[in-house]
Amino acid sequence: MTQSTPTIGPGSHRPGPIVTGTPRKARRIEPFRGITMAAAALVLVLLAAIAIFLVAKAIPSLGKDQKNFFFTKVWSPDADPPLFGIAVLAFGTVLSSIIALVIAIPVALGVAIFVVEYAPRRLATWLGYLIDMLATVPSVVYGLWGLIFLVPHIRGFQHFLATNFGWIPLFSDPNNRTSVASRSIFVASVVLAIMVLPVIAAISREVLRQVDPGLKEAALALGATRWEMVRTALLPPSRPGIIGGIMLGLGRALGETIAVALVLGTSFAVSLHILQPGGNTIAANIANYFGEAGKNGRSALIATGLVLFVMTLAVNVVARTVIHRSAVRQGLVK
Amino acid sequence: MAKRIEVLDLSCYYGAHKAVADVTMTIEPKTVTALIGPSGCGKSTFLRSLNRLHEVVPGGRITGQVLLDDQDIYAPDVDAVALRRSVGMVFQRPNPFPTMSIFDNVASGLKLGGGKNKDLPDVVERALTGAHLWAEVKDRLKKPALALSGGQQQRLCIARAIAVEPEVLLMDEPCSALDPISTLAIEDLIAELKDRYTIVIVTHNMQQASRVSEQTGFFTLAGAGQPGVLVEYDATSRIFSVPADKRTEDYITGRVG
Amino acid sequence: MTTATASRPANQQWQIHGRRAFVNNLATVAMYLAFIVAVIPLGLVIWYTIGKGLARFSLGFLTHSMAGVGSNDVNGGVYHAIVGTVEQLLIASAIAVPLGLLVAIYLNEYGGKAFATLVRLLVDVMTGIPSIVAGLFVLAFWVIGLHKGYSGFAGAMALSILMLPVVTRASEEMLRLVPDPLREAAYALGIPKWRVILSIIMPTARTGITTGIMLAVARVMGETAPLLLTAAGTLFINTNPFHGQQEALPLYVFSSAASGTPADVNRAWAAAMTLILIVVLLYVAARLLTRRDALNRR
Repeated sequence: MTQSTPTIGPGSHRPGPIVTGTPRKARRIEPFRGITMAAAALVLVLLAAIAIFLVAKAIPSLGKDQKNFFFTKVWSPDADPPLFGIAVLAFGTVLSSIIALVIAIPVALGVAIFVVEYAPRRLATWLGYLIDMLATVPSVVYGLWGLIFLVPHIRGFQHFLATNFGWIPLFSDPNNRTSVASRSIFVASVVLAIMVLPVIAAISREVLRQVDPGLKEAALALGATRWEMVRTALLPPSRPGIIGGIMLGLGRALGETIAVALVLGTSFAVSLHILQPGGNTIAANIANYFGEAGKNGRSALIATGLVLFVMTLAVNVVARTVIHRSAVRQGLVK
Repeated sequence: MAKRIEVLDLSCYYGAHKAVADVTMTIEPKTVTALIGPSGCGKSTFLRSLNRLHEVVPGGRITGQVLLDDQDIYAPDVDAVALRRSVGMVFQRPNPFPTMSIFDNVASGLKLGGGKNKDLPDVVERALTGAHLWAEVKDRLKKPALALSGGQQQRLCIARAIAVEPEVLLMDEPCSALDPISTLAIEDLIAELKDRYTIVIVTHNMQQASRVSEQTGFFTLAGAGQPGVLVEYDATSRIFSVPADKRTEDYITGRVG
Repeated sequence: MTTATASRPANQQWQIHGRRAFVNNLATVAMYLAFIVAVIPLGLVIWYTIGKGLARFSLGFLTHSMAGVGSNDVNGGVYHAIVGTVEQLLIASAIAVPLGLLVAIYLNEYGGKAFATLVRLLVDVMTGIPSIVAGLFVLAFWVIGLHKGYSGFAGAMALSILMLPVVTRASEEMLRLVPDPLREAAYALGIPKWRVILSIIMPTARTGITTGIMLAVARVMGETAPLLLTAAGTLFINTNPFHGQQEALPLYVFSSAASGTPADVNRAWAAAMTLILIVVLLYVAARLLTRRDALNRR
């Protein structure tokens, strides 16, 4: 918006010499505008401060680490000599989030399409509100439920998976632990999936709702069945938005601390056997250990926090690129 | 291939609300019929009852009969989805599928049917030629459809509609969102299309109706809060020179909106 | 006009081939199935929380703290947690809302150059900060670095870092929805820009902005991780947010759940139910407010 202040009339501010080509600095900046600019600059400074400070605090421990930070599987940063690595944590973080998404995405998409196309219209509006509301339920509630209800009750299902699908390494059960209530990556992933489902569904539903109804009519007029109409006219234009929603869900899953901390135990192992107890995520690890961490331990935890931040940032960047490319391909943006 | 449409005592409802009342008319094959009348008097609803598209709105139903070459399109064993292959439609705002190229847009109706797709390029070329668009896009068939101008997009939608070889082509104010030059282009196109299809066109533009159609039907509301009715249906030349009904005359001469 | 002739039954051309009908029906079944699969666990979560929560809920629960209450004692309540949460949210809002609004105003009314694009990008980045990292920052910087120790205020700071980008984004969107003709009319009257913003644009967007703030508060209210590292929690009522550890509702749920004793777990359910109820109330209030929006967006 170009700023145009009058030179006469109530409340006018003289903008300085009215000469074309006046350099910007010669014009006095309106005080209010200055305030808002200062606020924006403050945000910049704040973010920079957070980044710089955290990096500065993380470095000392990294220097002292006797082992490779990225590949070590132990966590003893306060030991002498300090040995710690992010391998288990990063692995657990990524694995649990991916499994959560694999479970949540098809269901969330199905729910969104259901609400927008298949559900009776009256019901659909209320369902929409319900989904939006569920997306705001705090994660600690999911964690509580996961711990008290899911962990004991899911052992039957885990055992079923291990017995019937144990030939897949993911579901194998070498220690025969799946018949006991266990706090495994699998349970944590399921809790994450339940938590992330309303978020993805709510965003997808909103995106689907915004599709031009003329497109739906066009598809139907060509003789499309309902599903064919959804496939040709509803889903393709919604793809960027839905991907954005999925990325948002991924970000939340990656950074989720409490639900995971409540459900997982604290064993340290890199293992694909998701039905076995143990494993950990970066965020849960920070929550579990910060209390008893010494100076080096804290520094190490901050280092892991930074890695997590980089992960979520990467997800953010990928999401924007994908969305932008989709929009370009649709001819919406040149 | 073009079929005759017979409408017998057709009334259109949305739930309990009657939108159109007791329409009876016959539309001969390979003709252009224009439906004119003030806004909101049910012309679009009536049009949509000819390809059963009004059923997509919850509560949309009809009483009466619509026959396509003596076949009842509302017979219980008719699948509306299949019917819409025979009765195509072009809409007021051009609506090409935004994520598809020009080629894919024209082919979209064919791909739905799961028919044999070997001669797709030929079919697409034929459809685009029939829609007077081939020359302008033949070198950029893979470009996004939204890159076209409004008039071109509408012709693309027409190409898409005729690609599936319908017998009837319904047009709901196809030019109202277009500039005058594109409008004329499409009117020329309609004059040519009528050799192959039966065309029914709803229009607000009376000059357009008198230009393109052989028969014209005038719709209006029976009264405030009443359903729409077909007041007069006759040869275009007669409607615009010596209308039989006073309401028609009032509308045509602009005395009434 | 022909009279109704006996119409022949529709011939086979208006039927759907088996495969297309099958796929269509399959898809319909899949959608319904997805819905059911989603409803079951989500329904269970809500059902359990409300069911178990109500069993333990009482007025006493809301008005007593955990002072002197052991893990196996059946009394005790969340009063100290409510006090903590309310104070922390108030302080966090006091920081994040004005700042966020000012930034949103800058971005929408004054921005347009490289600086604005940069700020917008960074606000976007900020929305992605994991909540625990925000807590880590305040822990390292304020609690330990500046030796201020745990406090409700530290928690509020972490919460405000999380609230700020949400408030900014929502406000910016609301401001963008104010139609340009309104601005142009105001400028044409000779009103200076800052006054147009404060007296015309803001009031028009007021409802939407309020809704955005309410939703931001609702979201941040449930954040546990950052508070773990900053306010740290306590059994006692602490009405001074600037000094000493303070409890908060989500923290309370967490520590009670982790403890595992039946009495603690029961209290956790009741606290969780309280938390959900407040969040839902906020959400419903925001929804109702949207109906009365001057801009009446969908």
